[in-house]
Amino acid sequence: MDSKYLNGILEERKDFIFCNSKDGGGKLKCEKDSVAGSVSQRACVYCGARVVLNPITDAFHIVHGPIGCASYTWDIRGSLSSGPEVYRNSFSTDLREQDVIFGGVKKLTAAIDEIASRFSPKVIFVYATCIVGVIGDDIETVCRMAEKKYGIRVIPVQSSGFAGNKSMGYKAACHALLRLMGDQKHSKVKGVNFLGDFNLAGEIWIIHQYLKTIGVNVISKITGDGRCDEIMKAPAASLNIVQCAGSMTYLAREMEEKYGIPFVKVSFFGLEDTRMSLLRIAEALGDPEAVKKARQLIFVEELKIQSRLDYYRKRLQGKKAAIYVGGGFKAISLIKQFADLGIRTVMVGTQTGRADEYEEIRNITEEGTVILDDTNPSELVKFIQEKGADILVGGVKERPLAYKLGIAFCDHNHERKHPLCGFEGAVNFAKEINLSMNSPVWKLVN
Amino acid sequence: MLDATPKEYVERSGLVINPAKTCQPVGAMYAALGIHKCLPHSHGSQGCCAYHRKFLTRNFRDPVMASTSSFTEGAAVFGGGNNLKTAIKNVFAIYNPDIIAIHTTCLSETIGDDIPSFIMGAQIPEGKYVIHANTPSYVGSHITGFSNMVKGMVKYLSVNNKKSNGKFNVIPGFINPGDMREIKRLLNAMGVPFILFPDTSGVLDAPMTGKFELYPKGGARVEDIIDAGNSTATLALGSFASADGAYELEKKCKVPQKVLKTPIGIKATDDFLMTVSKLTGREIPEEVEEERGQLVDVMVDCHYHYHGKSVALFGDPDLLIALTEFTINLGMIPKYIVTGTPGDSFENEIKEMLDAAGIEGKVKALGDLFTLHQWMKEEPVDLLMGGTHGKYIARAEDVPFVRIGFPILDRSVHSYLPITGYRGAMRVIEMISNALLDRQDRDAADEDMELIM
Repeated sequence: MDSKYLNGILEERKDFIFCNSKDGGGKLKCEKDSVAGSVSQRACVYCGARVVLNPITDAFHIVHGPIGCASYTWDIRGSLSSGPEVYRNSFSTDLREQDVIFGGVKKLTAAIDEIASRFSPKVIFVYATCIVGVIGDDIETVCRMAEKKYGIRVIPVQSSGFAGNKSMGYKAACHALLRLMGDQKHSKVKGVNFLGDFNLAGEIWIIHQYLKTIGVNVISKITGDGRCDEIMKAPAASLNIVQCAGSMTYLAREMEEKYGIPFVKVSFFGLEDTRMSLLRIAEALGDPEAVKKARQLIFVEELKIQSRLDYYRKRLQGKKAAIYVGGGFKAISLIKQFADLGIRTVMVGTQTGRADEYEEIRNITEEGTVILDDTNPSELVKFIQEKGADILVGGVKERPLAYKLGIAFCDHNHERKHPLCGFEGAVNFAKEINLSMNSPVWKLVN
Repeated sequence: MLDATPKEYVERSGLVINPAKTCQPVGAMYAALGIHKCLPHSHGSQGCCAYHRKFLTRNFRDPVMASTSSFTEGAAVFGGGNNLKTAIKNVFAIYNPDIIAIHTTCLSETIGDDIPSFIMGAQIPEGKYVIHANTPSYVGSHITGFSNMVKGMVKYLSVNNKKSNGKFNVIPGFINPGDMREIKRLLNAMGVPFILFPDTSGVLDAPMTGKFELYPKGGARVEDIIDAGNSTATLALGSFASADGAYELEKKCKVPQKVLKTPIGIKATDDFLMTVSKLTGREIPEEVEEERGQLVDVMVDCHYHYHGKSVALFGDPDLLIALTEFTINLGMIPKYIVTGTPGDSFENEIKEMLDAAGIEGKVKALGDLFTLHQWMKEEPVDLLMGGTHGKYIARAEDVPFVRIGFPILDRSVHSYLPITGYRGAMRVIEMISNALLDRQDRDAADEDMELIM
């Protein structure tokens, strides 16, 4: 689209930006590789795989590659554990020049031996990084031999960084999870797997409690606060509920095909989505008792938080928000959540959103809202300023950008400080927005 | 979190557990940010660039801008030449920097991309610059990457046109912008005309203006780095991060060099200022003399807080070399010293200092925090000093902890306040004393709780 909105935007980027208008026309380009030379906010295949698998608390995660890939992902996820903490250590083969020349297989084998002989692991994940893909280390064979030698699961994760973007990494993680679940037949148990919550700030514990209250049995959590044994039992479940659609829809589809487990997509961000999700789960299980209990729970929990939410609504009414997050599904929840607080979303973008998600975003935002795929700081700054946003919701790299522009910020990624899901989470979210937006510091800035 | 760490130390040949380093490119990116109006460019997969930007952003809490060649499978097979050419074109067109500083990654190095020839073939607008450094992640560490980028600056930019500028070059090493500011303050106080590069002050500790500046005011000017070839001498602070740049300047432009420790602690600061004084003929001014006097006064006032206490140090080699010297000067016992950066010279230099002080300590280059933790389990220490990742060990072993070095991800303001120079030394003393005294207060029985310490 050509309009004054696109002044100063790279030619190659123009199709990835869309200004919402209701008269149809115009389509946002997405799910493409980033333009070379852009200051992309995106990450790589390895990153996608690592963020999905890392929350499995009792697994050993060996990053096979030079040290960087391991050190940048060392305990940054913010996923909490109610038990084992092995996953918070960083294990790497720290490949050196001679390994690159002669191959890293020997070192990887030694690394697996060193873990197997000293820590009695149940499951080891071995992540392939860029260089492993190039020098051609056969990690499949190394893992298979280690499985035989030690009688444990050693699962390769094919996550060479250049082989696509973050979404491909999600897929690689899903493949690893499927291998962990195996081909064995399980007799069915009534209960659900919870896919795509990574227990940031303890969020999965909140949802788990809700499900318990309405009488839904959770077979496995994938992967927040996850345990290997639990995940191996996942094929027995009768329903998959999928929260982070971007990373886990693929797994849900595969599990549907392989184990005959149907799935429903849910989101526990914001009241509307939490409400709908609880009912959807109860209904999908075909359990009238659960539906009844879900209604009750919703009634009670909403009653508990209304006055607190109203307090924040008064303070936030009429403000404008900009959103830049990883996936489209979360963006959709956030737009609704902002609307519930009386805040208009004036700019929304994602790193890896899909066409159907962008269509939904277009439907639920106002005319004039700027929608962006795989954006960069210049575009963010331009549209935040032009649209006069009061707050940006994003991740690590976006925080200082917002601050430099003199506007508030909320981390809805690894660095969220409080659980933001469910009914309590909705209050925490409003509280965080209020804390940042109404801080006296902005008076000094402007 | 560290329950699994066994006490007995066993050599490992395949596994690094809890690293005390990261990879070259992030150091190169940090160095490149120390040039005014420079956009660092990562030639590799886009994940590298995102990780490095995140890592630096978390440490400095300021925006970190860098572009990427966004490698895909095609680039990995056929080479990244086209990606780089497109990237250079796009970066100048949209981000309009004065200079692009390219660093490689393990991927682009392994497939054998020839960066100089790519640069030759690229369209570079008049008056703009493109430089590069080879920084494969499987060699050295982030410190080596920093050093290589500094060397790259000299290689591409510095020129000796046979006319002395009467200036004095300082390569500050991998230190915080607040420390670069402090070194500049000391040089200005001495009235020395100097060129300091790279210089991240004013870039990664930029003031709040309510505006986002893609290129903040700070950073070494390209014309100054060019002119560095005409200076009378180069002082490299830190043998690991700065020496190679100084050697390159000597080789290319015949500028004599001297390599010193990073000026952390009283002796290293003395050496720095005396050397500057000797090389430039400028006297150390009274205000700086006064700061030194204050520092000695503080060292006298506090000596019993830390004298005889043992300390474990981890982090980057230049920092550790200076800190080992300083803690020895304070009467402390640096018992374990671990860097993740490889280098025998590191172990040798530390061992010499320990031997001279009659201290039996353990030192390791290319080590990791798992090893350090095992040593601390075998024989405990009174204090741990290093970056944020040390906090897990401090918690597991219940040892007081001082955050110093890189990265610090869970506290702020450290990048603004110097640890170099005499005032920086005072700050280090304050941190050490407070950590030890806070612990004493925490553990004191009611009857032993003291008001005055």
